[in-house]
Amino acid sequence: MLYDALIGPFTEFEFMRRALAAAIALALAGAPIGVFLMLRRMSLVGDAMAHAILPGAAIGFLLSGLNLFAMTAGGLIAGFAVAILAGVVSRSTGLKEDASLATFYLASLALGVTIVSIKGTNIDLLHVLFGNILAMDDQTLLVVAFNATVTLLVLAVIYRPLVIESVDPLFLRTVSRAGGPAHLAFLALVVINLVNGFQALGTLLAVGLMILPAGIARFWSRDLTVMICIAVVAAAVSGYAGLVLSFQTRVPSGPAIILVATVLYIVSVLFGRVGGIVRQLFPGRHLEA
Amino acid sequence: MAQLTFHNVTLGYDRHPAVHHLNGEVARGALVAVIGPNGAGKSTLLRGIVGILRPLDGSIHLGGLDARDIAYLPQSAEIDRSFPISVFDFVGTGLWRGTGLFGGIGKAAREKILRAIASVGLNGFENRPIGTLSGGQMQRVLFARVLLQDASLIVLDEPFNAIDSKTTADLLALVKQWQGEGRTVLAALHDMEMVRTHFSQTLVLARGPVAWGPTAEVLTPENLMVAMRMCEAFDDSATACAGDDVSSRAA
Repeated sequence: MLYDALIGPFTEFEFMRRALAAAIALALAGAPIGVFLMLRRMSLVGDAMAHAILPGAAIGFLLSGLNLFAMTAGGLIAGFAVAILAGVVSRSTGLKEDASLATFYLASLALGVTIVSIKGTNIDLLHVLFGNILAMDDQTLLVVAFNATVTLLVLAVIYRPLVIESVDPLFLRTVSRAGGPAHLAFLALVVINLVNGFQALGTLLAVGLMILPAGIARFWSRDLTVMICIAVVAAAVSGYAGLVLSFQTRVPSGPAIILVATVLYIVSVLFGRVGGIVRQLFPGRHLEA
Repeated sequence: MAQLTFHNVTLGYDRHPAVHHLNGEVARGALVAVIGPNGAGKSTLLRGIVGILRPLDGSIHLGGLDARDIAYLPQSAEIDRSFPISVFDFVGTGLWRGTGLFGGIGKAAREKILRAIASVGLNGFENRPIGTLSGGQMQRVLFARVLLQDASLIVLDEPFNAIDSKTTADLLALVKQWQGEGRTVLAALHDMEMVRTHFSQTLVLARGPVAWGPTAEVLTPENLMVAMRMCEAFDDSATACAGDDVSSRAA
């Protein structure tokens, strides 16, 4: 019975196996990016970027249908265009960068929805906005896996400057010029992973599998490496449990995955070892040192 | 021989000068205190020296030093102490010059890091997250990182602010040790007694140089009064600066 509920869907249906593989690939690459987004206080920037890439992904979608490669390329171009435009406007006018980014991402979101709704159907629009990991074909799965591999390789290259820039940016600027390129490469990884999450979760929830696991990890460890591992596991568990939930209850897969991650987040907020509410209310007897 | 040479340097933000027309030299191996009231331009000058801030005018010559030959200790407020990094890893970033992007931290490097942590009196703190340290302990960690950088020019921005006298004495001993090893040290400071006792050269700054030279000659009530009278000036309707009519002495 339990086997049928928890394992059966994956042994029986190929589309479920593909979806699980995609969820694990998204978890492996997206969760570490989410941890850095959170630690660099860029969680909402990630959310804004998810909206900002929509017109590019939509144009890619119009030209080649649900082809993840075209959508990734379009999303990357749109994401960088918005990031650069927001930066240029804030630096040349004194407007705060978050205000400038908010303006551009809203315009970008409106443009993206307009493009999809002019040329596509309502189903296409729903697909772009909310994704459908269950409809993933082999080619799309390969692109997701490729993007995840690229993400992990690039993250390994920029890991050291990224950490130093996050904790002490002035120090990095005095010893190296790696900070700027590392930040740009990191933004590119954010966009790549947002586009990667499109197919599974849609533009509105793509950032969820990056930020929620990071938030979960923050409540369980003070060590960066451990936090990244916890975030990856939390994202993978959310992906798996969300797929099972979706299969058994017919809840859409994207929201199901994010809802499971939200439950894990709430459990972490309550019972987490680092700053959890219960731990604060009942800290136990004080220590000797 | 000069380690640092300022040629009519003006440093500031958005065309507004914070340090105006500074000329002079810092000899190799000198121990120089930079003093002045809040807003005098001390931190701005140090940022200019380490290359974080590009001069609005003039130039700073580093006596042939590479940027990686300079160790900079910023004010603690610039560091995100909520970031989950241990004392060991944070101090280890001081080895960047040798490790760069990909270099590994081998046994010898690990021992170096442990020695640096021990020499600032923080044995046993290696695995502590930096967010759990007191202000004085964090300052010791920053000094340990400077130690690892093994730099010829050391630039310290208010290194003894808000720390107890024992920590101050310990860290001051390190500064004296660095000078004894032939390194050049510049420190922005507020404690006049410390400057008088331990620093042979002093630059009194008040948005421009008030006086610069041997501490005993420079640290006079008159010079300090001039510096104290310094007024903040940030005027968007100010006219463009006419030139460099301010003279200063070389250390």
